[in-house]
Amino acid sequence: MGVGIQVEGLNAWFGKTQALQDINIKIAGNHATAVIGPSGCGKSTFVRCLNRMHETIPDARATGRVRIGDLDVYNGTSAVAIRRRIGMVFQKPNPFPTMSIYGNVAAGLKLNGFRNRKRTDEIVERSLRYSALWDEVKDAMHKKSGASLSGGQQQRLCIARALAVEPEVLLMDEPCSALDPISTGKIEELIFQLKERFTIVIVTHNMQQASRVAEFTGFFLLGKLIEFDKTEKIFTTPSDKRTEDYITGRFG
Amino acid sequence: MPETSVAIDLGLSATPVSLWRRAKNSCMTFAALGAVILVLLPLGAIFGYLVYKGIGALNWAFLTQIPKPVGEAGGGMANAIAGTTLILGIASTIGVPIGIGAGIYLAEYGRNRFGDLIRFTADVLNGVPSIVVGIVAYGLVVLSQRHFSALAGGVALAIMMIPIITRATEEMLLLVPNTVREAAYGLGVSRWRTTLSITLRTATSGVITGIMLAFARVAGETAPLLFTAFGNQYWNWKINQPTAALSLQIFVYAISPFDEWHRQAWAGALILIVLIVVSIMAVRIAASRGMMKGAH
Amino acid sequence: MANQAWGTPPLSGPQPVEKPTVTVQEGQPLVLSWTGQWADQVFYLLMLACGLTVLALVGLIVYELAVRSGLSWHAFGWQFFFRSDWDPVNDQFGALPFIYGTVVSSVLALLMAVPLAIGVSVFITEMSPPWLRSPLAFTTELLAAIPSVIYGLWAIFVLVPILRVYVQPFLATTFGWTGLFEGPPFGIGMLAAGVILAIMVVPIVSSITREVMTAVPQQQREAVLALGATRWEMIRTGVLRNARAGIMGGVILGLGRALGETMAVTMVIGNRPEIARSLFAPGYTMASVIANEFSEATGDLYLSALVEIGLALFLVTIVVNILAQILVWTVTRGTPARSHA
Repeated sequence: MGVGIQVEGLNAWFGKTQALQDINIKIAGNHATAVIGPSGCGKSTFVRCLNRMHETIPDARATGRVRIGDLDVYNGTSAVAIRRRIGMVFQKPNPFPTMSIYGNVAAGLKLNGFRNRKRTDEIVERSLRYSALWDEVKDAMHKKSGASLSGGQQQRLCIARALAVEPEVLLMDEPCSALDPISTGKIEELIFQLKERFTIVIVTHNMQQASRVAEFTGFFLLGKLIEFDKTEKIFTTPSDKRTEDYITGRFG
Repeated sequence: MPETSVAIDLGLSATPVSLWRRAKNSCMTFAALGAVILVLLPLGAIFGYLVYKGIGALNWAFLTQIPKPVGEAGGGMANAIAGTTLILGIASTIGVPIGIGAGIYLAEYGRNRFGDLIRFTADVLNGVPSIVVGIVAYGLVVLSQRHFSALAGGVALAIMMIPIITRATEEMLLLVPNTVREAAYGLGVSRWRTTLSITLRTATSGVITGIMLAFARVAGETAPLLFTAFGNQYWNWKINQPTAALSLQIFVYAISPFDEWHRQAWAGALILIVLIVVSIMAVRIAASRGMMKGAH
Repeated sequence: MANQAWGTPPLSGPQPVEKPTVTVQEGQPLVLSWTGQWADQVFYLLMLACGLTVLALVGLIVYELAVRSGLSWHAFGWQFFFRSDWDPVNDQFGALPFIYGTVVSSVLALLMAVPLAIGVSVFITEMSPPWLRSPLAFTTELLAAIPSVIYGLWAIFVLVPILRVYVQPFLATTFGWTGLFEGPPFGIGMLAAGVILAIMVVPIVSSITREVMTAVPQQQREAVLALGATRWEMIRTGVLRNARAGIMGGVILGLGRALGETMAVTMVIGNRPEIARSLFAPGYTMASVIANEFSEATGDLYLSALVEIGLALFLVTIVVNILAQILVWTVTRGTPARSHA
C-alpha cells in the first residue's frame, strides 16, 4: 500500500546554482500526482530529491525535510536504505545490458542480498504481471537479454524491476518521453492500475498525460512550486496566472 | 578562367594543371606506394623466415624437453615455455588487480585534477624503457632476496602491464552510460556494489581486451628479465628461483655461436609470435563482436 | 482510460503504513545500511590505493635509479657524461660512447623511418581504396606487436648478411667519399642498428600520423581541392600542413621508442664502446650496455655506473615522451590517446 509524502522547506543546489526554492507539498498516498512545468523548472530535480538521487551528481546538495510514510528521508537513514524503499523509473529505459529479463527484474533483490530462489521467482512473475509484460516474455525471460526488447517493453521492464522490491512510492521521471504513442498508452494504463497499490509521482512535460493519469498536479516554475491542486482544477480553473499561461501554451 | 589572386600560396597557376604538377602528383602516389611496399617487405620477410626456419626446428622434443648440454643435438625449450607462463602468471596476479583498481578509481572517482595527475603518470609509466623497469625490479626484489627469481621478473612485467590495463579499464568504464549506474542507485544498491556488479560487469569484455593487450605486449619482453628472472637451463616452478623464459632463451641462443641453438631460437621465436598473434586476434574478435555490447 | 472521480481530498498527515509483504532485507535493514556505508568507504580507499600505486611506481623508479647511481655520481660528477673511457677493470667509467651510440642509431633510424611512415600513412588515409585501408592499417600495427628479440633474431641472420654482402659494399663504393661508410663491412654495426630500429619505429610514427591526419577536418581538404589542386597538392597543403604538429609529435614519440629500444639493437650493434664516424663501425647504446653488462657487473661502482646510465636514459625518455604527448594533444585536442600495443 502506498504512503503519503510530506515535503517541507526543500531547497536544492547544483554547485552554486539553486535549482529548487523552498518547496512545500503534501502528496497523497495511493494516488498519482503529476509534476509539470517548462524545461529547467526543477521538476526532475524535485523528484530526484525525494529518493536522494540528486546527491549522486557531483557538487549537488539538498536541504529540507522530506517524510515518506514514517521515513525521514534526510535525517537518519542512509541514502541507500531510502532508495530501497522508493522505486524510480527514468526517462530513457535503462535495463542492465548484461542481464536477462529475469535477471533485470530480480536485480534489486539479488544485489541487496536476497537469496531465496523460489520466492524470487514468485516476485519476478508478480512484478512482470504488474507491468503487463508477463505474457510477452514469460517463455524467454531467462534467455533474452533486457536490452533486446523494444523501447516500450524495456520501460515496462524497468517498471517491473522497480516494483520487484516492493517500494511504497514509485517515482517516474518522464517515463514516456522516449516512447512511441502506443507504448505510452500501455504505460499510462499501467500507472492507472498501479496507483491502487503504490503512491506514484510522475514528472511529465505532456499536459494531456497529466490529466489522463494523475489525480493531483503540481506546477513548477523556475525552481518554485507555483500551484498544487487536483488535476481537474489546475487544468480548468487554475488559481495562478502563471499556471494558466503555461497550460494554455503561452510559454514552455 | 579569370585571373584570380589566390590567398593561399600553392604555387598554382591559373592555367589548366601543368604537366609538371601532374607528374609530381603521380610521382608522389608511387612514392607513397613504394613506402608501403618497403614497410610490408620486412614484415613479410620476418614472418616468412619465422615460419620457414621455425617449422623446421619445431618438433615434439622441442616442446617437451629442456636444453641439452652445448654440443649435443636435440633438446628443447620446454622449461622456457613453462617459465614464461610462470612469470606471466605472477605478473598478471600483481598487475591485473592493481591495473583494474586504478582504472576504476580514474573512471568512478577520478574526474578531477588528482585523477588527471594519475592519468598523466600512467602515460609516463608506459613510456619507461623496459630495461629501466628491469633495473628497478632488480633493486626491489633481487637485491633484497639476494638472488634472481621468477618473482622479480613477474614484478618487472607487472609494472609494465599496469598502465596499459589502467587506461583500458578507465576507457571501457567511461563507455558505460551513466543511466545504467543510475538504474542501480535507484534500486538502492550501494556504490561499491554498483561499480563492481553493474558497471564493471557491463564493461567486462572491454576490460578483458585491455588485459590481453597488456599480455601481448609483455609476453615478448626480454630486457626486463635479463637480470631479474635471469634464465635457467632446467625446470623451475618456484617463484623464488631464477627461471627460464622464452624470450630470454631466444636471445641467448641467437647470440650464441652454435648452429643447433640458432635453429632452436627460430623455433622458439615462432612459438612466441604465434602466442602474441593469437592474443591480438582474440582481442580483435572480441572487439568487433562483444565489446560494445554493454554500451549502447 | 476514463478519468476517475477526483473526490478524495488530499491527505493532511502521514498515512498509516502497511508493511510490505516481502521483507527484502530479511530482518536486518539497519545492519545492511550500515554495511553499505562502511563498505563504500573501504572500496573507495582500495581503489584509491590502486591509483596511488601508479604514482608510487614512478616515484619508486626515480628513487631506485637515483639512490643506486649515487656512488657513480659522486665518483665522476657531470664528467661521467663527457668521458669516453669505459674500463671496468680499472674502475673508470665514462658514458659518452653510449650516448653517442644511442643518439646516432636513433637519428639514423628516424631518418629512414619518418619518410616511410609518412608515406605509408598518406597512402592509407588519402590514397588507398577503402577496402584496402583496414588490412593495411592492421598489418602496420602488426609490426608493432613483434617483440624486440624477434626483430633482433631476424636482423642477425637475415638483415646483417644482406647488409654485409650487398648494401655495405654498394654504399662504400658509391658514398664512401662522405667518410660515413669506411672500414670493413662486417654487417654488424651502427648501420644495422639504425635499419632495424627504423623498421621498429615505423609503426608508431605511422599510427600517430594516421590519427592526426584523420583528425584534420574534411573541409580543409575540400577547400584546397576546390581551388584546383592535384591530390598530392591537397595532401601537402590541406592535410600535412595542418597535421604538422601532430606528426612532429609522432616522430618524437618514435624517437622515444628508439632511444629505449634494447634487444634488437644489442644483437646487431657490435657492442664496442667506441666513437667512430663510419656507420659500418660497431657501437654501443645506453640500453645495450646495461643489457649486456648489468648481470655481470662486479663491484659496486660498476653497477652504479650502469644504473646512472639507466637514470639518464629514463630522464631523456620521459622528457621526449612528454613533449610528444603535448604535440599530439594539440592536434587531436583531447581525444584520448589509445594505448599503442
